[in-house]
Amino acid sequence: MPVYIKGMGNISPQKTWGNDPLLASPSDYSGNRLTCIEPDYGQFVDVRQLRRMSRIIKMGVAAGTMALREAGIITPDAIITGTSFGCLEDTGIFLSKMIENSESALNPTPFIQSTHNTIGSQIALLLQCQGYNQTYTQRGFSFEHSLIDAILELKDNPNQNILAGGVDEITTHSHSLQKRFGIFRENSSSLNLLRQAGDGTINGEGAVYLALSGEKSGNNNICVEAVSTFYNSRKLTASVKDFFESTSLGYADVDLVLMGKTGVGKWDRALEAVASVLFPKASLGVFKHLCGEYPTASAFATWLAARLLREGRIPEIVVEKNAERPLRNILIFNSYFEKYHSLVLLRTC
Amino acid sequence: MKGRVYVAGTGVISAIGNSIPETLKSFENHSSGIGKVSLFDTIHENTLPVGEVKIPNTQLADNLSVNSSLSRTALLGIQAAREAVAASRVNVSKWRTGLISATTVGGMDKTENFFVDFLKNPSKGRLRNVVHHECGSSTELIADDLGVNGFISTINTACSSSVNAIALGARLIRHNILDVVIAGGTDALSKFTMNGFNSLMILDRNPCRPFDAGRNGLNLGEGAGFVVLVSDTVKEETRLKPSCFVSGYANTNDAYHQTASSPEGRGSFAAMQKALAMAELSPENIDYINLHGTGTLNNDLSEGTAVKRLYGDNYPRLSSTKAFTGHTLGASGGIEAVFSIMALEQQCVFPNLRFETPIPEIDMKPQLSFESDIKVNHVMSNSFGFGGNCSSIIFSRM
Amino acid sequence: MDQLMADLKRQIIEALNLKHLKPEDIGDDQPLFVEGLGLDSIDALELIVLLQQQYNIKMANPQDGPQIFRSVKTIAEYIKTTQTA
Repeated sequence: MPVYIKGMGNISPQKTWGNDPLLASPSDYSGNRLTCIEPDYGQFVDVRQLRRMSRIIKMGVAAGTMALREAGIITPDAIITGTSFGCLEDTGIFLSKMIENSESALNPTPFIQSTHNTIGSQIALLLQCQGYNQTYTQRGFSFEHSLIDAILELKDNPNQNILAGGVDEITTHSHSLQKRFGIFRENSSSLNLLRQAGDGTINGEGAVYLALSGEKSGNNNICVEAVSTFYNSRKLTASVKDFFESTSLGYADVDLVLMGKTGVGKWDRALEAVASVLFPKASLGVFKHLCGEYPTASAFATWLAARLLREGRIPEIVVEKNAERPLRNILIFNSYFEKYHSLVLLRTC
Repeated sequence: MKGRVYVAGTGVISAIGNSIPETLKSFENHSSGIGKVSLFDTIHENTLPVGEVKIPNTQLADNLSVNSSLSRTALLGIQAAREAVAASRVNVSKWRTGLISATTVGGMDKTENFFVDFLKNPSKGRLRNVVHHECGSSTELIADDLGVNGFISTINTACSSSVNAIALGARLIRHNILDVVIAGGTDALSKFTMNGFNSLMILDRNPCRPFDAGRNGLNLGEGAGFVVLVSDTVKEETRLKPSCFVSGYANTNDAYHQTASSPEGRGSFAAMQKALAMAELSPENIDYINLHGTGTLNNDLSEGTAVKRLYGDNYPRLSSTKAFTGHTLGASGGIEAVFSIMALEQQCVFPNLRFETPIPEIDMKPQLSFESDIKVNHVMSNSFGFGGNCSSIIFSRM
Repeated sequence: MDQLMADLKRQIIEALNLKHLKPEDIGDDQPLFVEGLGLDSIDALELIVLLQQQYNIKMANPQDGPQIFRSVKTIAEYIKTTQTA
C-alpha cells in the first residue's frame, strides 16, 4: 500500500529549507565535520518556549513544522521519530556536571531533555497532539523504522496524517569521541569525498520530517512504496532481490539507485557489488558527500529522492552514473557500518 | 493477515529474582527487593534505596558465558531474553524472527565511568567502555547472542518503552512481516539516572509506597523482561500450547508537560480505553490491573484519577509491583508484562506493598496480599513515561 | 535588599535561559509562576539549585517552593532570613 508524502522539512549541512532551488549552491566543507545550516527558530516556536530547547530539539521541531506547513496540517494524528544518538548535548552537559560537581547541586533541565523521546514529545506538546507517539533508536535503522511504523499505522487507518522523521546531531564531545574510532578522513572538499582516493568518511547531522498520509490528493503525488531493513545480512543480494516481491516494481524497473556510499572502502564495496548485479541499467547517485555519515542519513536521502522525483531530474552533484532513464522511481540503498543495510523505495504515483 | 498473537514464553530478572520461578516466590512471600545500592559508588548510597539485581557484572557474565566487558543493560537483557526463548521452545532460526528491545540507559553504566577520564582529556578513557553506549547497541548484543538476524529494533519512549516494543512485535506479526518476535526491555541502574531523578526531587529516601496517601517518590530499579510472541502459523506448526495472547494495546500522548502528567490523567485514560476497545473488552472484563504506580505524588494521583474515570468505584484488583522491584524505567513495561502473564498463568494477583492509607482525592485501595486460586482471564498493564508517553497493554487467557 | 533583588533577577534570567528578558523587565513583586512570568515546576527545581549554587542554601522540601518563589521579593526575603539564622 503506497503512503503519500504530503510535506517535508529538512535541516542539514546544505541549504535544504526555504525557497532556494534544489542544491543550487551546495556547501563544501573541509575537515571531517559537517554542520547544519539552521533557520531562525523564532519562525517556528514562541521565544518563551525556545528557552528550554537544546539545538537538536529546535532542529526537530522546526523540520516537523516545515513538513506540516507544506502539507497544510495543523496537528498530525501521530508523531514517530528516529534518533540513534538522542539528545547528545544535554546528555553531555548533565554527565559533565555530575562528575565535576561530585553528584551535588545538579540542574534538572539537561537530564529531562536528555531522553531520546524528548524530540517527539516536544513536538507533541507544542501541537497538543495526543495521538500515537513513538521513538526508535536502532542506530542506522532509526529513521527506516519510523517509516515502517508509519506505513503499518496507515495500512490499518489510511485516513490519518503522520509525521515521521529522523534526527541526529554532532556535539564537540561526540565528534572527539567518534574520531577516535578512526572512521573519518581529513578532507579538503566534502563535495568531492566520493570522487577522491582515500579511505574514510565525514561526520554529518540533520533533522528531516515527512508528513505522510494513506490518502492520495490530486495528481503528481510522491509515495513511499516500501521500506526494509537487514541486520547482519549474510545474503544481501538475495535479500534486496526479495524486497521487490512485496512491491509493485521489479528490480529491473528501478530508475535511480541512491547509494549510501561513505568513502569507507569496505562498506561501499558491499553496496556497489549488489548494485552491479541487480541494477546494471539504473542510474546511480550518492548523497553522503552532502550530508555526511550519521545514523539517520537515510532521512536526508529520502528527502532528496522525493525532491528529485518532484523535479524529474538528477542534479550533477548527485549523479555517479547517468543511465538517461526517465525518473519515475528511486531506490535508496543505504549502509551504516558493517551490519546495517536498508532500502527505501519511492515513486511517483 | 491479522489473526492472534500468542505468548509462547517469558523471561525476567529484577531485584526480586533472577528467573520466573524466583520472582513468583518473592511475590508469594511479600519479599521486596528494595535496599541499599551496593554495586557502584555514589554519594547517595546511604540515602536513596534502589531495586538492585544483587549480582555484579562479572558474575552475570560468567553465568551467561559472555564477555564481562558488556554493559550491564546488555547482560540483564541477555539473561531475560534467553529465559524467554528457552521457555518458548521455539527455534528462532526456523522462522522470520525479530528482536524488539527497549532501553533508556543503554550502555550508560559504562559510559559514565569512561567520561571521568575523557572529560579531563579527550584522548583518554578506554574506547571499549563506550563502543556500546547507544541504546541500539544493547539490542545488537542480545540479537547476536540469540542468533537473530534480519529485523532488530529498539524503542526509547522513557518509561513506556518496553510496552511499545511488545505492541510493535504484535503488529509486525499481525501484518505478516514476522512470525516470531522476542520483545521487551532492559535497563541497568546508573549514577546518571540516580542523579537525574534526584535532581527532579522525586526519589523517596525510604522504600516507596505506591498509591499511598503518604507516598513520597519512587525508588529506581533495574532489570529486564522479555516475551516471545508467535503467530497462528507458528502455533499450529509447532503444536504450541500458549497460556495467553496479546488482546489489546494502545499508545497515546498526554501532551501536558515534559515530566508531569495531567491532573485528569487524560493520556493514561485514553491509553486504557483504546487498549480495551482493541481487545473488544469492557472495563469490567479486566480482572487485574498492574498499575504504573511509581509512588510519585503526581503519577499515582493522575493514574488513579484515570482509573476512577474508567471504573468509578467498581475497579478490579489492582496493584503496583514497583514496591517490590523499584521503577525499572525502560524495562518496566517488559518486566510488568511478564508479571501480568504470570498472573494469568498462575491465576493470582500481586500485592501493593507498604500501602496503608488511600489517596484522599481518589480513595483507591489496591490489593494488599498475594492471592491465588482466583479467576484471572484478562490483565491490563500500564506504563506511563516522561514526555507524556502513555501505553497500556492487555493479555488474555487462552 | 535592592542589590540582592537586582542580582537575583540577573541570576534567574541566566539560570532559566530567559533570553528575551532584561532584569528591569521583572518587577520586584511580579508573580513568577503561573501568571506573570509563567514559570513551571521544572523552573522551580532550577531555582532550588540556584539557591544552593549561589547562596549556599539547601531547600530540602520542594513543597515550600510555591511560597518562597512567589516573587523576586519573597525569594530575597527568604535568603536574608535564612542567611541571618
